[in-house]
Amino acid sequence: MEKTIEKAEPQIQPAEEPKTHTGGQVVLEAFLDEGVTTIFGYPGGAIMPIYDALYDYTDRLQHILVRHEQGGIHAAQGFARASGKTGVVFATSGPGATNLVTGLADAMIDSTPLVCITGQVFAHLLGTDAFQETDVINITTPVTKWNYQVTDAEELPVVLAKAFHIAGTGRPGPVLIDITKNAQLQKIAFKGYQKCNFIRSYRPKPVVRPEFIAEAARLINAAERPFVVFGQGVILGKAEEEFKAFIEKAGIPAAWTIMGMSAIPTDHPLGVGMVGMHGNYGPNRLTNECDVLIAIGMRFDDRVTGRLDMYAKQAKVIHLDIDPAEIDKNVKADVPVWGDCKETLPLLTALVDKKVHAAWHRKFTDCQKREEEKVIYNELNPTDEVLTMGEVIRILNELTKNEAIIVTDVGQHQMVACRYAQYNHSKSNITSGGLGTMGYALPAAIGASYGDPSRPTVAIIGDGGIQMTIQELGTIMQFKPNVKILILNNCFLGMVRQWQQLFHEKRYSFVNIESPDYVQVAKGYGIPGDSVSQREYLTDALKTMLNHPGSYLLEVMVGKENNVFPMVPQGKSVSDIVLSREEMG
Amino acid sequence: MVLLFQDKRTLNIKKMKKEFTISVYTENHVGLITRIAIIFSRRKINIESINAGPSEVESIHRFTIVITETEDVVQKVARQIEKQIDVLKVYYNTDDEIVWQEMAMYKVPTKVIAEQVKVERLLRQFGANTVVIRNDYTVFETTGHREEIDALADALQPWGLIEFVRSGRIAIIKASEGIHNAVLEFEASKPGEPVVENEFLDKRDGVFTM
Repeated sequence: MEKTIEKAEPQIQPAEEPKTHTGGQVVLEAFLDEGVTTIFGYPGGAIMPIYDALYDYTDRLQHILVRHEQGGIHAAQGFARASGKTGVVFATSGPGATNLVTGLADAMIDSTPLVCITGQVFAHLLGTDAFQETDVINITTPVTKWNYQVTDAEELPVVLAKAFHIAGTGRPGPVLIDITKNAQLQKIAFKGYQKCNFIRSYRPKPVVRPEFIAEAARLINAAERPFVVFGQGVILGKAEEEFKAFIEKAGIPAAWTIMGMSAIPTDHPLGVGMVGMHGNYGPNRLTNECDVLIAIGMRFDDRVTGRLDMYAKQAKVIHLDIDPAEIDKNVKADVPVWGDCKETLPLLTALVDKKVHAAWHRKFTDCQKREEEKVIYNELNPTDEVLTMGEVIRILNELTKNEAIIVTDVGQHQMVACRYAQYNHSKSNITSGGLGTMGYALPAAIGASYGDPSRPTVAIIGDGGIQMTIQELGTIMQFKPNVKILILNNCFLGMVRQWQQLFHEKRYSFVNIESPDYVQVAKGYGIPGDSVSQREYLTDALKTMLNHPGSYLLEVMVGKENNVFPMVPQGKSVSDIVLSREEMG
Repeated sequence: MVLLFQDKRTLNIKKMKKEFTISVYTENHVGLITRIAIIFSRRKINIESINAGPSEVESIHRFTIVITETEDVVQKVARQIEKQIDVLKVYYNTDDEIVWQEMAMYKVPTKVIAEQVKVERLLRQFGANTVVIRNDYTVFETTGHREEIDALADALQPWGLIEFVRSGRIAIIKASEGIHNAVLEFEASKPGEPVVENEFLDKRDGVFTM
């Protein structure tokens, strides 16, 4: 029998798409399409392929090599806060990624949009305790809005698009993408980047319910003592103009939280100051005298509310916020207005009546006068030889004409700066509010100077905070951003010392911190500087600092045991705000 | 994500601790159990039972979590869960708002059942079904509520219970008109993506690493 050998038909394979881009290159192409201009980062073994790709992109992407990954992420935060764009950080695996955790927690609680890319060991080594391997995803899950581990480069374009969408929309927050080294090296057929504008399980902002707006307007129109408290939501929502229009039409006095400060100019006629533990006397006391409290883009943090059972109980509360989990979380809202304030505010403005509340507003100015007499005047115009933090801020305002971006660290100087700084523009007050991270200011100021190079950036830092991230002077030395570093040195961890004085019978337990000669340290980093401790030299020293064409460090020796007042003592009601130590009893 | 905003009058009712069953619809993504579990552990709330698995649609998973807390806390926790990117919807219900079952398996020496009529009667009384019969042991299962399962386990103790295991709770919400269709429609309108797992774990030896 003959066997017939059947010849198989030649199979026509679909043409293999050429694999053109490595995972590392895909990351950078995505950044370009998302409008990223500046990356803060620190290389390492597990992120080397991305850095190798970056080598060819230096004409299009600026990379700032920091001195510690924590410096990198705080710089990205400062960049995001000053520019309104999403900050970007690179870090390697293991210790590089864990060094980001503080910054992630800070960005999470202060709603700062960040995309962090961490390198990770090869996918087949995951879980084997490989060199510089850590379980980054599980470490950062509680402190990120979203995180994801990429083990296959095919996923990268979609995952990066999701990351930027999630970081920048709704209530912004930090996103971490952990890319295993094999995915960074793997080549894919990259057909172009597509931005993400829809994730089926994520609704960044709702369709606004007009019945809630109508109810809010009804309450506002009937109110005799309406009071607005606003936070960073107005700035994050880019709704400064809409907000101004609202308060101006309805004639409502408005107070800010430290995060919301500068959304309206500090000299706005309806601005009545700051709420919070070290806020102004009027806004704190009169919270418990208003009849309608309108909270916009703020989350009723415990530093703002004091005792919750004695906070605005007499008032009807209207809460405008984009995050539904914040509404009714701390303070029950009579009228919840869930939505993006850029959309909800104009709808509300349309329905409120044009009004003026002169008598009610006068109560705020009366409180302001009292606070001026008892606290402010002496802080800003001291007569004895000890320099106060307040007078430094006052002179700074005069010299910068309220145009500067002020980045503060954490502590007494932060409270003093937030109380007395004056701003004309939004996005000018950059500070670590929710987490209170010491060491935030120096790297954040570097980032802010890149985020908004059009205005001077002044970092105001205490002697404690500067020593936490002092290594970032190296970043300034190498990349030469223009950052004015103003160290207010009281030779103490001032805020803790104040509490030990007021609440622990002056038992100063390890708060007397010693400092190096900061001018010498700066000199070693190639940064000019000076130190003043006497009033007669102060103004000129500040002038020299501001006029210097480049970074400059000025140390001002201030009063060692000065306290920040007024204060709402912990566990007390906002009505119990005290203007001085004597009032504490 | 429709949410209910409670008015101040219902505040007092919310202050008493009760058993709540939280049902969560999520995407099928690696690590989502962690994201949800930490919302409880962050507040040091003990999860009494947790069940997770695919819903009627493979790409959508349903979690059933049981805790004992006040309604105030449960509402806040529920909103925190719903806020997570990969969570679709969260429901929370008290025991009288759901129909629930928990399962348990009991391994008993076959000798005891063969010889003791009492044990046989006990198992019949609790509606236990036989799963396997072997020479040395027999495995039974019952489905019901916690108290019923506990009662049978306690009753079998003196007769030589070899092994006992409980499942998590699964619950049907009484007021769930349209949920099934909603899930199907949701998947149809925007299909879920397949979950990407680590393909490289078994390829360790063949790869040169730096």
